[in-house]
Amino acid sequence: MAKHIEPGMRVALPVDYAGVSMAMTRPMIEHGAGDLDLVCVPTGGLQVDQLVGAGLVRTVETSAVSLGEAGGAPRFNAAVREGAVRPKDATCPAIHAGLMAAQKGSPFMPLRGLIGTDLLRHRDDWRVIDNPLADGGDPIVLIPAIKPDVTIFHVPMADRFGNVWIGRRRELAAMAYASRTVLVTVERIVEENLLADEMSAAGVLPALYVTAVARAPKGAWPYGLWGEYPADSAEIARYAKAARTADGFSAYMAQAQTEPA
Amino acid sequence: MAEVLPREVLICTIARLLDGVRHVAVGASSPIPAAGAMLLRAMKEAGGAVGPRISILGSVEHNFFTNGSAELFDCAGQGRIDAFFLGGGQIDGFGNVNLVGAGDYPRSSVRWPGSFGSAYLYFVVPRVILFREEHTPRVFVEKVDFISAPGISSEGVFRSGGPVALLTGKGLFRFDKTRPGFDLESVHPGHNLAEIKQATGFRFAHDVEPRQTALPDRSTLDLLRGRVFDELAETYPEFAAQMRRDLVAVDA
Repeated sequence: MAKHIEPGMRVALPVDYAGVSMAMTRPMIEHGAGDLDLVCVPTGGLQVDQLVGAGLVRTVETSAVSLGEAGGAPRFNAAVREGAVRPKDATCPAIHAGLMAAQKGSPFMPLRGLIGTDLLRHRDDWRVIDNPLADGGDPIVLIPAIKPDVTIFHVPMADRFGNVWIGRRRELAAMAYASRTVLVTVERIVEENLLADEMSAAGVLPALYVTAVARAPKGAWPYGLWGEYPADSAEIARYAKAARTADGFSAYMAQAQTEPA
Repeated sequence: MAEVLPREVLICTIARLLDGVRHVAVGASSPIPAAGAMLLRAMKEAGGAVGPRISILGSVEHNFFTNGSAELFDCAGQGRIDAFFLGGGQIDGFGNVNLVGAGDYPRSSVRWPGSFGSAYLYFVVPRVILFREEHTPRVFVEKVDFISAPGISSEGVFRSGGPVALLTGKGLFRFDKTRPGFDLESVHPGHNLAEIKQATGFRFAHDVEPRQTALPDRSTLDLLRGRVFDELAETYPEFAAQMRRDLVAVDA
């Protein structure tokens, strides 16, 4: 699946609790397509840090990057300090608004807040206009549509027709609607059509939006997956410690398993 | 009666600051704000009233949302969230919050995780409580290095929300948006005005002899140490266990 990713593409990745396809991280690094512009929906963590550490990333549009309780994202923070990666700092609802605009095929979405922040000052792609529906004097920010080339996530199941179960993690659907290519790893592939049952159909992303599905048991590890398994906080902490230095990061990536023992 | 722990004073102060809210949202790693919200709910229910709805981000049990991580922000934009908490790597005397980093952006000398939803929620949630336990001059600065979210806005900018209070490990401040600036409302037990002045990088208004932060009564403490710590343990097991160990230690 990593072959779908080409140098210079814009790649959307989900927040750590929504279903991160950690199983795709190593194949992406081995594939080696670089100069990626990452979009974190709406924040990033381990996967972003590893892709940055592997030197594949040019910019990161995000509301935050951290390893949660394990602390700051070491390779991302180092790359920003060295100027190797350019952060495009945002705020969570701005990322959602950009995807929503793309979902509707609109050029932008207006969003409250932001005026007077240094986020806005540093974003030359965001614009302030006067609300044309008010009598004047109501400035509002326009967030341009975010149209990723590729979206990658991990969920519990897909059916053999390519329909993907996303439950209440609707941001995964928003990412898929906005993206040209959608790559999904799953814990299992089921026989029955997920759209055939009304109870499951409401939580399904239809195959229409899905480019490829691959089975990857424990594919979010060491992150957890909703309804399936908790995060492995000891492993995330082990990474956080190892990745404090570039050498430690390389050693970790060289020896760590892709699945828990 | 066991001595009241400093963190219990903070939790009870938060419950007081939240009085009257219908819906409060709490960040994923904020056990003290969550405990304050849970305490208020327990107190309301003990009195036969309806307690606030509590949304804890990232929690499965305390999550009412079915529309992904965008729904919290939509909900706030609709005016359905009355209170929220913000921390900050730096907070200044104008209520500006910096969650991005210290030094020159973007190649900051220290990089924090990022602004999260602050650049929106600070504008649209009516009662934002700034909460940071560490009360030092490196946190409470004269001017933040990066504005993730501004304390006040120019006239004409849509703003239905903003900061109302700043709670630290040493004291409680109210935010006066007309000045704008902070007024020291009370000092926690064991601390004093001189110490707070030394630990604060911005100027603030205060009485000559500020009063002490109110301590919880027996029934409030019983609710906190019983029901609330039980509820808290579901989402923050490590924090609840630590609070209970600390209580045993002061009792011994």
